[in-house]
Amino acid sequence: MKNNIKIQTRNYGFYYGNTKVLADIDMDILKNSTTAIIGPSGCGKSTFIRTFNRMNDLIVNAKVAGEIKIDGIDIYKDNIDVVDLRKKVGMVFQRPNPFPKTIYENIVYGPRLHKRCTKQQLDNIVEVSLKKSALWDEVKNKLRGSAMELSGGQQQRLCIARVLAVDPEIILMDEPASSLDPISTQRIEDLIDELKENYTIIIVTHNMQQAARVSQKTAFLLTENIGEPAKLIEYDNTDKIFTNPSDKRTENYITGRFG
Amino acid sequence: MEKLKKSKKSKFRTFKAFLISRFIFINGIISIVVLGLILAFLVYNSIKFFSSYPFFSFITGTRWSPTVNEKFGFVPLMVGSLEVAFGAIIIAVPFSVGVAIYIGELAPRPVREILKPIIEVLATLPSVVLGFIGLKTIVPFIKNFFNLSIGLTALSGSIILAFMSMPTIISISEDAINAVPNRLRNASLALGANKWETTYKIVVPTASSGILAAIMLGLGRIIGETMAVLMITGNSPRIVFSWLQPVRTITATIAAEMGETVQGGLHYSALFAIGLILFLVTFLINFTSDRFVNRIRNL
Repeated sequence: MKNNIKIQTRNYGFYYGNTKVLADIDMDILKNSTTAIIGPSGCGKSTFIRTFNRMNDLIVNAKVAGEIKIDGIDIYKDNIDVVDLRKKVGMVFQRPNPFPKTIYENIVYGPRLHKRCTKQQLDNIVEVSLKKSALWDEVKNKLRGSAMELSGGQQQRLCIARVLAVDPEIILMDEPASSLDPISTQRIEDLIDELKENYTIIIVTHNMQQAARVSQKTAFLLTENIGEPAKLIEYDNTDKIFTNPSDKRTENYITGRFG
Repeated sequence: MEKLKKSKKSKFRTFKAFLISRFIFINGIISIVVLGLILAFLVYNSIKFFSSYPFFSFITGTRWSPTVNEKFGFVPLMVGSLEVAFGAIIIAVPFSVGVAIYIGELAPRPVREILKPIIEVLATLPSVVLGFIGLKTIVPFIKNFFNLSIGLTALSGSIILAFMSMPTIISISEDAINAVPNRLRNASLALGANKWETTYKIVVPTASSGILAAIMLGLGRIIGETMAVLMITGNSPRIVFSWLQPVRTITATIAAEMGETVQGGLHYSALFAIGLILFLVTFLINFTSDRFVNRIRNL
């Protein structure tokens, strides 16, 4: 069981300036599974997952407290190379954000940053990544076409392929389907289901059904009183959270009584 | 249905909207008409020259000596203008784009908020003042540095024009860099790129059409600039392929000679002819740069 833990947070807290927005989060995130983070808008879900690839470093005055360990290594230690960390922890954003380049260029962008690749290797990476993200059949004949001409759902799968091309171990998804239509959403969800075999996935979602469908573990974050930091209310197996939550607040939230 | 009938008030509002849209339309039309009239005026005044002076010897002529033997060769002026403009662009572009990248991407917020307005104010410096400053600083410097007998050279002109075009190029390039959506920067950083890789692999290429537009607008200013080049390029209409010799640009020729021509004469008309060419060139440059500016808006 212990070996199965990919990410561990202890007493994790997050500050914007002097305002504490997240507090006391202790979580063990399992390897090769999907963990959903749910909670009302503004409770810091995105802030929380952006901790794992240190995207919050870009925010002036942001500060992290406590420990976050990936494979047992504290990622906020001084000697951590953020580039290596982000290679290992990929991220898919809320709105599809392909680069205004060709489909091919989008995918090889990451690999080219990290190592010298031959044309052969790059071609191979492109094909494998696009196949993994279930986009290959749709774009294999227009790899040199602009990524901006794809539909929103295709763009999002391209963004997933772009992350896969770097060969990460963890994939963070910040409401990856919130700007997509139902059919595209379905495809992304199917994809998440396949990817969890080989990757550790953490997904933030507003959509409760989505959390129930794609994840094995669910964490519920909540700001109870305005001005107080959000806390981890409940973290358990997804079926338990959605059928028999142990906390009254979780039950109220998932049954739609607030949030 | 009675209620849907137009009331008096709604009729008045429709009428007001009609008047306002007409007013705006007329304003637009006037500016186009004025532009057309300017073109017509240039064409009208240069007809005499084009009809009496052989076009071929105008376009390929290597001597511009209007008063002594009525030779109107365009080549020396064109070479002068191109030489000065080319030099100015070579000096201005790397510097300006570098500053734009610094302000847009790297500078901390307070620095950027101070720097940007200062640079934009620099664009309003009157060219005669810059010419004067150039005459007192750059010209003697060039003279001593290269050990020349005279410091009034194409290079001096290029340097001062580079200074003049920099604010435009910096400001518009920075706008283009700023217009690059943050989600692209985030995507790049999240893939493990550092700040610099993100800047030169994603931000600058994405902003490139805007940066190109900025360069074109700067070039428009450089080609059309008169006063400063008149003051410091030496005004010698000879074909020279060295930056360390005096040259004369198209603009300086018009400004320097217009006062001494006979109104309606051949020389007078010839100056209009080169003015017409200048107009077409700058129009073309601005037109193309506008195309590029539009492209970045569609991101």
